[in-house]
Parts: sequence; structure tokens; C-alpha cells
Amino acid sequence: MTERVAILGGGTGGAVLANNLAERLGPEIDAGDVEVTLINDDPDHVYKPVWLYIPFGQREPADGRRPLRDLVDDRIDLTIDRVTAIDTDGKELALRDGAGPLGYDYLVVATGSTLADDEIPGLAAGGHDYYSESGALALRDELLSMTEGHLVLSVVGTPHMCPAAPLEFVFMADDWFRKRGLRDDVEITYTYPIQRVHGNPHIAEWAAPIMDERDINVETFFNAESVDPDAKTITSMEGTDLDYDLLAAIPPHRGVDVVDEAGLGDRGWVDVDKHTLEAEAADDVYALGDAATTGVPKAGSVAHYQAGVLSQRLASEIRGRPATATYDGKTLCFVETGMDAASFVEFDYENPPSPAPPSEKLHWSKLAYNDSYWLTARGLL
Amino acid sequence: MSTIDIEPTDTVDARGAACPGPLMDLIGRVRSASPGDVILLLSDAEQSLTDVSEWVDETDNELVAVDESGDHYGFYVEVA
Repeated sequence: MTERVAILGGGTGGAVLANNLAERLGPEIDAGDVEVTLINDDPDHVYKPVWLYIPFGQREPADGRRPLRDLVDDRIDLTIDRVTAIDTDGKELALRDGAGPLGYDYLVVATGSTLADDEIPGLAAGGHDYYSESGALALRDELLSMTEGHLVLSVVGTPHMCPAAPLEFVFMADDWFRKRGLRDDVEITYTYPIQRVHGNPHIAEWAAPIMDERDINVETFFNAESVDPDAKTITSMEGTDLDYDLLAAIPPHRGVDVVDEAGLGDRGWVDVDKHTLEAEAADDVYALGDAATTGVPKAGSVAHYQAGVLSQRLASEIRGRPATATYDGKTLCFVETGMDAASFVEFDYENPPSPAPPSEKLHWSKLAYNDSYWLTARGLL
Repeated sequence: MSTIDIEPTDTVDARGAACPGPLMDLIGRVRSASPGDVILLLSDAEQSLTDVSEWVDETDNELVAVDESGDHYGFYVEVA
């Protein structure tokens, strides 16, 4: 009997997992004993880290897009469609366009993050973001023409994709305006929901003095409640009002509704065992990347490493062997500290991050990896 | 055993989550709550003892009780 693996979502986690399974289970797939189907509602694979550079005029959205068919092994069945329901008892997926439900023996939910600007009144009209292609382009239009005023970066929602990106944005903006002789005319303020500048205390302890040195204003315990696009103010639950000329916000994030509707978790995040990535609410269902509530950052490196673990576990299950591979929380992240310097962190469930001293070499390493990423998506790096 | 006699309007179970997860879960629930509601946050993270009280101090909400009698903490927050 053919064992069917369905991967829901063709982002970093889904694409890397599909290619890893094609490599690992190649003989079984060729013999017709295993089928792997990757379902995505966009024919393109999108590499989101490119978006950080778009507002500064350094990259284009096309730099972060490639057809999934070009990236995914030919042994993978690629279905461009939208899953509208997950039936974990009947083990099948309802599709928006396809005929009939798609059955599975093993399901991997890799549905990633979506933005929920509408949860904060006024945010969509008054704020900009670089967490979407359209948002990054609109922010670029504003930022490139900004020569004076108050730039506010507000982390509105957590958890959010790439926890380092808000720090990177203000560090880059500071350096970018400074190099152009405009920094004295542009005030920069960074807001964060808790009492420090980053969720991870070690990274917060590293970043706070840099912000101080660079005259980046900090507002902690700032949980945005509303934005007034006409008055150009953002107001927090804690009662602080900030006037802005340009608001770059990290909007609230959610997963996808089918996760909640299937009883797999809340707000579109799947409750999983953080080591095995098995869903808590259903058998033979796994989740990885942003969609999985492991407590580690919603970042591409996490999805990449988790895909390697899941590939091994699924191959073991399919071959009837005990699955022993586990995810240890490994996370790796380059952190831009300006337009030509970056730091680097690596950590896991047991070992906290210790940011490396910023250097030009690490900045170029980050840019080099961003271009090498397509090898990761192909399962080669 | 707890001696706290408060009936919460809603409970946020953040046990197992690392900081600042429990506080962010609480803030998320307070966003959609009505004045007078009492939210009970369950957390087994030690850091929540300072996180929650420091955040509540920044707002008009009130930390009306903390239950430390079990193997996790219970924070009762009344929404302003």
C-alpha cells in the first residue's frame, strides 16, 4: 500500500522538507510505495528576509520569489491549491479548486504566518510594514523621500516573524540617515511590548546599549492599542501617545484559520511537542516553522532545521522503525547592525544566544547567505 | 491549596511557555476583555512573578491576587 505524505505549505519549511524527503525516500517514491504531495496556494516560493532591504532601495520583491516547481524535486507532486479544511479523523484535506478531498497518511502543517493589521484600529491606514511585499514597497515610497521628522518603529504583535528584524530596521535606518547627513533631522523611536527591547533577555541586553549610543529612543511596555492616521499618533494600552511622521509597525501575526477549525491550536498556531514536532491534538499530524508553537523564533533557520528532523522522523515511521530524531531548538540568525555591519547569534533550548561583535564580514556573510538561500530551498545547503 | 476565592471571567493557560510568552498571552487577552473582567493567568515561569506585576503597574489594571500554592502560579488581573 502506498504511504501518502501531505505537506501543507510551500515556504522554507515545506520546500526543504519536500526536497529532503525526495532525497531520503527516493527509492520508495520511485517504486510507488510512497507519495509526497506539497500543497501551496501560490505557484511561487517566497523568501521573506529580502523584504527588510526593500524599504532602503536595496532589493526588489522579485529577488525573493522563484517558482516552486523550479525548486522542488520532480518526485514531489506539487499541487497549487488552497486547503479549506483538515479532517484529522478521516485523514483528508478539502481543497478549494481540486476535485474531491486529498487523503493522507501523514500530514505536515507548514502554513507559516499571516499579518493581522485589522486587530489594531487604524494600523492598516496609518502604519507601514516590511513584513509583506506590498507593505515593503509602500514603506519604500515613504522612507526614500523622508528627509526629516519622526520615524517610529513599533513592535505591535508578538510572536512575529524574524524577531531580530525590528532591531535590524532601526539600526539600519540610523546608519542610513547618518551616512546621508540627515540623522540630526530624523528622530528614531523604537517601541516594544515588554520591559526590555527584545523578548530574549540576552539579545535585549546586547541591543539596548547600542540603541543608547545611537540616540535611538526606546519606549518599553508599549502595547499599541490604536493608531490615528489623521492625527498621526499611536497610542498604547499603557496610556502613552506617540506622534509620528512615518510609522513602521510589526503587525499582529496569526497562522491560518483551518488550524483552529481542525482543533489543532489557537490563532492558527499548531500545538506540538517541541522536540518531536508531533501535533498534540491529532495522530500522524506534525507542524514545523512558524506554524508550530515550539517557543523558538518564527525564523527560516528554525523551519530549515526542523525540516531535517521531520524528514528523518517521517522516513522512520514509513519504514516501520522507531523515530529517534528530535529538534533541539537550534536557531541561527544574522542581525544587521547598520548598512555594512552585522552580528550573529546561534542558540537552542538549552544554550542562550551570545551575539557576536558586529563586523563587516558578518554583514557580507548575511548577504551571501541570502543569495545562497535558493540552495537551501532546493535541499542542497 | 489555594485560599483565593475569586471567580475569573476567563483563564489564560500559559503553562509550559517561556517568558515573555505568558505575559504576552495575558496582554492579548486583556486587549479583548471588558472593564471589570478578571483574567486568570496560569504560568510556571518564574520570571512571570516580576513580568506581570511590572506590566500591571504600567497600566490602570490591577493585580488582585497571586496564587503560589500549587506547582504553577496563578495571576488574577482585574481589567480597568
